[in-house]
Amino acid sequence: MAHSARPVSPHLQIYKPQLTSVLSILHRITGIIAFAGAICILVWLVSLAWDAPMYYFLQNIAVSIPIQIFLFFWTLALVYHLLNGLRHLAWDSGKGLELPDVYKSGKLVVSLSIIVTVIIWLTKTL
Amino acid sequence: MAQFTLPKNSVVKSGKSVSAETSGAKKIFNVYRWSPDKGENPSLDRFEVDVDACGPMVLDAILYIKDELDSTLAFRRSCREGICGSCAMNIDGTNTLACTKAIDEIEGEVNIYPLPHQDVVRDLVSDLSEFYDHYASVEPWMQAEEPKDPDARERLQSKEERKELDGLYECILCACCSTSCPSYWWNSDRYLGPAALLQAYRWIADSRDEATDARLEQLDDSFKTYRCHTILNCTNTCPKSLNPGEAIAKIKRKIADR
Repeated sequence: MAHSARPVSPHLQIYKPQLTSVLSILHRITGIIAFAGAICILVWLVSLAWDAPMYYFLQNIAVSIPIQIFLFFWTLALVYHLLNGLRHLAWDSGKGLELPDVYKSGKLVVSLSIIVTVIIWLTKTL
Repeated sequence: MAQFTLPKNSVVKSGKSVSAETSGAKKIFNVYRWSPDKGENPSLDRFEVDVDACGPMVLDAILYIKDELDSTLAFRRSCREGICGSCAMNIDGTNTLACTKAIDEIEGEVNIYPLPHQDVVRDLVSDLSEFYDHYASVEPWMQAEEPKDPDARERLQSKEERKELDGLYECILCACCSTSCPSYWWNSDRYLGPAALLQAYRWIADSRDEATDARLEQLDDSFKTYRCHTILNCTNTCPKSLNPGEAIAKIKRKIADR
């Protein structure tokens, strides 16, 4: 009797989100966001050096509410990516890989990211 | 390119429902089913198990289902005490051994699937050929010339050298770790996965093995080893509480120090 082709067992669909995997995918996503934001900052800096009307035009956009919200989350992404990057650096040197430490450092990075981002936004001058 | 969704023939449909006709306390077990003979998609069958009439572990409930509710259910099991690794499966969203997972630990309905992202042979039995190929590829045996001293009949280790193998030799190759790893899901054609790499490190760390350099040379590969992005689902899920993630980090370190 002919057998039908074997199915692939479910994976992403059924695997419970873990602190380990969620923070890992966040590291990648925030890396992409940080890069996209860096391009915006670059355009803003070029306009500052190059063309005053263009700079003021961009500056007016930058202070609008949607862009401010975007910039807030960009800051959060950047800070998270930076702090979690330090975590990866520790792992690559063989430190902090015991499971309880992985959970502790993970929770620390998430809380610190929020705290640091809020401090940056409370103290920013622009 | 990784495919994040299931292919058409693998999408899980809802299946039949069977209840134990006894008066004991009931718990619902949703179990993944697929038979090669039916030509249908996999389904999730719903079984009401009399937990008063079966043992405390998820494996006991699965045996109850096979004995009392549906004798066609296929799964692997052998030792029922966490040392053979046969009954590895995805229970309540994470990979573990059915025989050491207590039913009490799970709130609400219990969902049981085969190990994730593997070809299914039937029901909870998945094809682990690729997993074993990866294991074989790290040449998991001692490689050493004959003892240089002809009178020496043993290769002795100090207590410290032996201690290096603790946390490595206990691996039972149940495949829980490798099949919990998203990187292994997307790249198992070339990435060796946490279980095979833990075993590779078990021989690298062995003071008696003389092939360390060749082993590191083989593993210095952007896919075989470096598809590990330190996600650590492996360490999180290991039913033997081993640490494949740390072993891989040590391999990377040794490659960098070479």
